[in-house]
Amino acid sequence: MKRDLQIPTLRPRDWSTQPAYVYPPYKSTVKRGPTQPLVPVKRALEQLAAPVYGHGAVGPLDHDLTRNAVKNGEPLGERIVVSGRVIDEDGRPVRDALIEIWQANAAGRYAHKVDQHPAPLDPNFLGAGRCLTDKQGRYTFVTIKPGAYPWGNGAGWRPNHIHFSLFGNYFASRLVTQMYFPGDPLLPIDPIYNSAPAGARGRLVSRYVPLASDPDFALGYEFDVVLRGAQQTPMENRE
Amino acid sequence: MKYGQTPSQTVGPYFAYGLTPEQYGYPFRAACGPVLAEARTPGEPIVLTGRVYDGDGKPVDDAMIEILHADTRRKYLFGRCGTGADRECTFRFETVKPASTGPRSAPHIDVIVMMRGMLSHAFTRVYFDDEQEANARDEVLADVPAERRGTLIARREELPGGMVYRFDIRMQGRDETVFFDL
Ligand SMILES: [Fe+3]
Repeated sequence: MKRDLQIPTLRPRDWSTQPAYVYPPYKSTVKRGPTQPLVPVKRALEQLAAPVYGHGAVGPLDHDLTRNAVKNGEPLGERIVVSGRVIDEDGRPVRDALIEIWQANAAGRYAHKVDQHPAPLDPNFLGAGRCLTDKQGRYTFVTIKPGAYPWGNGAGWRPNHIHFSLFGNYFASRLVTQMYFPGDPLLPIDPIYNSAPAGARGRLVSRYVPLASDPDFALGYEFDVVLRGAQQTPMENRE
Repeated sequence: MKYGQTPSQTVGPYFAYGLTPEQYGYPFRAACGPVLAEARTPGEPIVLTGRVYDGDGKPVDDAMIEILHADTRRKYLFGRCGTGADRECTFRFETVKPASTGPRSAPHIDVIVMMRGMLSHAFTRVYFDDEQEANARDEVLADVPAERRGTLIARREELPGGMVYRFDIRMQGRDETVFFDL
């Protein structure tokens, strides 16, 4: 888990594109978001490299949620392929980024012990996966379209979404986010989606793209992620 | 700059089977976990433990903590732990005491905090109460208002099982933990 790059200065976290810590329409933020101003840091802190995961950290079926938890049949629901690129703000690919995803099943139920939503569990679907990006920053997951679920923040239901966790090449470029689906009628009223500033929240919505290969197997969605990158091109071997 | 950063969204309450599956007993291999040090990792074995408290002073049972620090070889170790796997809502890392990474840097552990109810993660840092001289020279700590520095100092406790450093994270209130604009 070591990387000896000359790490250049990173672009700062752009708070005009990020949600505030305290956002009252999402009620839990009121008692959980920090309220004091963030303390500025010396460069030393942003120079930290992210942990490095070898390809051994990802098993051969980890990216395929329709197969990685099968017990006695195929998971129920609409098969989808979610793919995209992880890039920085200048469009440079982020390679070897670890992407971890988790989601509800087609009925809107998480395989989590504390999820009390009385929708059925699917014995053949866990809803967890991971992969590493390739040299172009590309990734692909095969999964089931997650269902919506009620969440007790008032009367609302969460729009269909897949949770994404990403490690880029820098500790400071850590990102946890959610991917949504185009045209979801719950998006305009979802407090979590709307916590992202108006000009930026559209970046959380995937695009429907018919699959070029195997179009009869699954629907395709594309979701690109932009992580904080370097101010200048890093001095490393470029291919 | 051609592309805007993707906005953060909350990790939510159900991350455990995806991000900390082995710690919570789900049937999925974990990419990383709460044990950072291997038997051959040089340095003093320590446990870093604590709780996360919300604005009402209640322990949070669905937070996820990630830590990164250098060992004495300057190799970086990384770990991850949720607070929902035990009744006391504690996180607990097994690692080694970090080494200093430079003349103006005291031994420390960098920390990422996320939980249901946080829309963006927050960065903080653990320093050690038995490193007062080094702490006084640390350039990051120097920029923290003096009256808030104590929120970043872990307390050493020598227990029968070994050396434990206790570090609680307070999201709000009089002793709100210092978070960095990183
Ligand atoms: Fe969710």
